[in-house]
Amino acid sequence: MSRKISYKDAINEALSQEMERDGSVIVLGLDVSGGSGSEGQKSDAWGGVLGVTKGLSLKYPDRIIDTPISESSYLGAAVGAAACGMRPVVELMFIDFLGVCFDQMMNQAAKFRYMFGGKAVTPVTMRTMYGGGFRAAAQHSQVLYNVPTHIPGLKVVVPSTPYDAKGLLIQSIRDNDPVVFMEHKALYAMKGEVPEESYTIPFGQANVVREGKDVTIVAIGRMVHTAGQAAASLAKAGKECEIIDPRTISPIDWDTILKSVEKTGRLVVVDEANPRCSMACDISAKVAQDAFKALKAPIRMVTAPHTPPPFSGALEDLFIPSAAKIEAAVKATM
Amino acid sequence: MSELKKEDLLKAYRTMREIRDFEERLHKEFATGKIPGFVHLYAGEEAVATGVCMHLNDEDRVASTHRGHGHCIAKGVDILGMMAEIYGKKTGSCGGKGGSMHIADLDKGMLGANGIVGAGGPLACGAALAAKFKGKGGVAVVFFGDGASNQGTILESMNLANIWNLPVIFLAENNGYAESTGVKYNVPTPNIADRAAGFNMPGVTVNGNDFFAVYEAAGEAIKRAREGGGPTLLECKTNRFYGHFEGDAMTYKAPGEVKQQREECDSLKIFAAKATASGLVTAAELEAIDKEVAALIDEAVEKAVAAPNPTEADLLTDVYVSY
Ligand SMILES: Cc1ncc(C[n+]2csc(CCOP(=O)(O)OP(=O)(O)O)c2C)c(N)n1
Ligand SMILES: [Mg+2]
Repeated sequence: MSRKISYKDAINEALSQEMERDGSVIVLGLDVSGGSGSEGQKSDAWGGVLGVTKGLSLKYPDRIIDTPISESSYLGAAVGAAACGMRPVVELMFIDFLGVCFDQMMNQAAKFRYMFGGKAVTPVTMRTMYGGGFRAAAQHSQVLYNVPTHIPGLKVVVPSTPYDAKGLLIQSIRDNDPVVFMEHKALYAMKGEVPEESYTIPFGQANVVREGKDVTIVAIGRMVHTAGQAAASLAKAGKECEIIDPRTISPIDWDTILKSVEKTGRLVVVDEANPRCSMACDISAKVAQDAFKALKAPIRMVTAPHTPPPFSGALEDLFIPSAAKIEAAVKATM
Repeated sequence: MSELKKEDLLKAYRTMREIRDFEERLHKEFATGKIPGFVHLYAGEEAVATGVCMHLNDEDRVASTHRGHGHCIAKGVDILGMMAEIYGKKTGSCGGKGGSMHIADLDKGMLGANGIVGAGGPLACGAALAAKFKGKGGVAVVFFGDGASNQGTILESMNLANIWNLPVIFLAENNGYAESTGVKYNVPTPNIADRAAGFNMPGVTVNGNDFFAVYEAAGEAIKRAREGGGPTLLECKTNRFYGHFEGDAMTYKAPGEVKQQREECDSLKIFAAKATASGLVTAAELEAIDKEVAALIDEAVEKAVAAPNPTEADLLTDVYVSY
C-alpha cells in the first residue's frame, strides 16, 4: 500500500467506486457537474466548488445532478429519494448553509425511522464542507458538526485523513441510515496512503493516532493534525501524549476514549468548534461521569472562543485552536 | 433621460466608474495573493446598482449579496473603509471582522453584503415593514441573482411582501450564471420577472447594462412603493466580466463570450455614449472623473495596505450588545 493521493481525490474515488458498484447511487448538489445550461463547457465545468466531484459527470452523466440554489428542496429531494429506494449522496456546499435546509435533515431524514415505527430506511449521505483557515468569514467557516450529532437518527462522520475519508465515505453510502459526512476544507490537499481497491471503515471505531502514557488528547477532524504537532513538540520535553481520533462522532467509540483516560489519567479535548454545547463538552462530560476516579487533573478543552469566525487573518489565526494552545492545555493538566 | 440633470449624470458616471475601478483593481491585487478570502466582483453590472440606488436615500434600506461591492458603493459606503475591510484591517467598514462578503454600513442603509444566497429577501421585507411603521415613505430593495431567484427565501418573501403590501423592490440581477450553471438550466420561464404574475405584482425586465433603462424602471417601482402601491419584481439582464469568484477559470463560458460582452454591453461605454450625445455632459468631464476615481482607488489601496490589523482584544468584542 504505497499509493498516495489527496483527501479530495480519496473522496472522489469513493464516490466513483460506489457509483460503479451500485446504480442507485446518485450525486446531487450545486455545480457538482457544473456548466448545465451554460454557453461553454456544459458538463464537468466545476465538479463542485472545490473540484471534489471533478470528472464524475463524464463517467456517470445521468447520475451527477446539478441543482438550483434551493438547498431545502434538493437536500430534501435526496432524503425523499432515499426513502424510496435510491442511495443519494447530496452535497451541501458549506455546512453553514444548513440554516437554509435544516428541516429536511432534522425533522425529516432523522425522524422517519423512529416516527414510522422502524419501517423506514433512508440511506442518504449528506456531504458537506466545514471549518476555518480560508479567511472565509462568519458564514463560510463554521464547524457545526455538533449540531447533527445532537439529533438522534443522524450519523456524523468527520474523517481526518485521505484513508479515513475514502473508507468512511464508502461506509456512509452503504449505511442504511442518514449520514452527515463532514469534510474539512483545509484538508482537501492533504496527501496520504489510500488503497486503490474499495474498502470500508466501520462507524464507531476510533483511531489511536499516537500512543502515549501521560495524557489523552481527543481531537476531531483537522484538529487531529494540530494535536499531532503539539504532541511532537511535547515529546521533546518528555511528555507522551496519546492522540485519539474518534473518526465518527455519532456513533462515537467511548470505550477507546475511556480506556485511554484510565491509562493516562489526563484528558485534553481539542475541538475546532465554538465551546458551548460542543463535542468538547460532550466528551468531557462523558469522561467526567464514567472515568472520574482515573482523572489526576481537571479536564481541559481547547476550542474556538464563543464568537462567530472572524474574517481577518490576524483574528482567525487566534480563533482556530493552535498547537501552542494545545501544548499549554496539556501542561496545565500536569 | 428627461428628468436627469447634468449633475445627476456626472454622479451616476462617477459611481459606475468607482465600482468598475474598485473591482478591476481588486482583480489585480487578488492575483498577487494579497487579498484574503472569497472575492466576487461586480464589474459589468455597474448600471444596475447605480440606476437603482440613485433613487434611494440613507433611510432606504438595501439588502445585498455575496457580490456586494457595487451595491455598497452605489449606496454611499465609504470606499476607503470598504477597501480596508477587504484587506481585513482594523480600519475597515466592519473592523476586519466581515470581509468582502459582509461589508455593511447601517447608517447608509446598507444592510450588508451576504454570504447566504437568498438571505436578503426576508431581511428586505423586515426593513420594509419597519419603514411602513415609521410612515415616512421609506423603501427596501433586495438585490438577488438569477441563481438566488430559486431560493425559497426569495419566493416566500415575494409572497409575504405582496400579501402585506410592503414597499419592497425585488431586484433580480440576471447575469446569466449562478457559479458555473446557466440560467437556462435553473429558471424555467424566459424571464425571472415572469414569476411576478404568480404573486400578483408588476414584473418588469430591462437591459441591465443600460443605466437609463434601469434608472427609469427602478424609479417607477420605487415611486409606487413609496406611495403605498406595494412591491415590484424588476429584472435587470446583465453580465459579469470576471469569474464567479477570483480564481474561477470560467470554462463554462463560450470562447469570446466575455470579450464580446465587454465590447458590446459595457455599461460605462453605453452610458458615456448616451450621456455625451444628450449634450448635457462632455467627454472631457467624464475623463476628469476617471482621473479622480483612479486617484481615489490608489489611495484606498495604499491606505488599506498600510492600515493596522485588528488585535487579540478585538476577537471577543461585538458578539452581543450586552452579555
Ligand atoms: C445558501 C447558499 N447556497 C449556496 C451558496 C454558494 N454560492 C455563492 S454565490 C452562488 C451563486 C449565486 O448565483 P446568483 O444568485 O446568480 O448570483 P451571481 O453570483 O451571479 O451574482 C452560490 C451557489 C451560498 N453562498 N449560499
Ligand atoms: Mg447570476
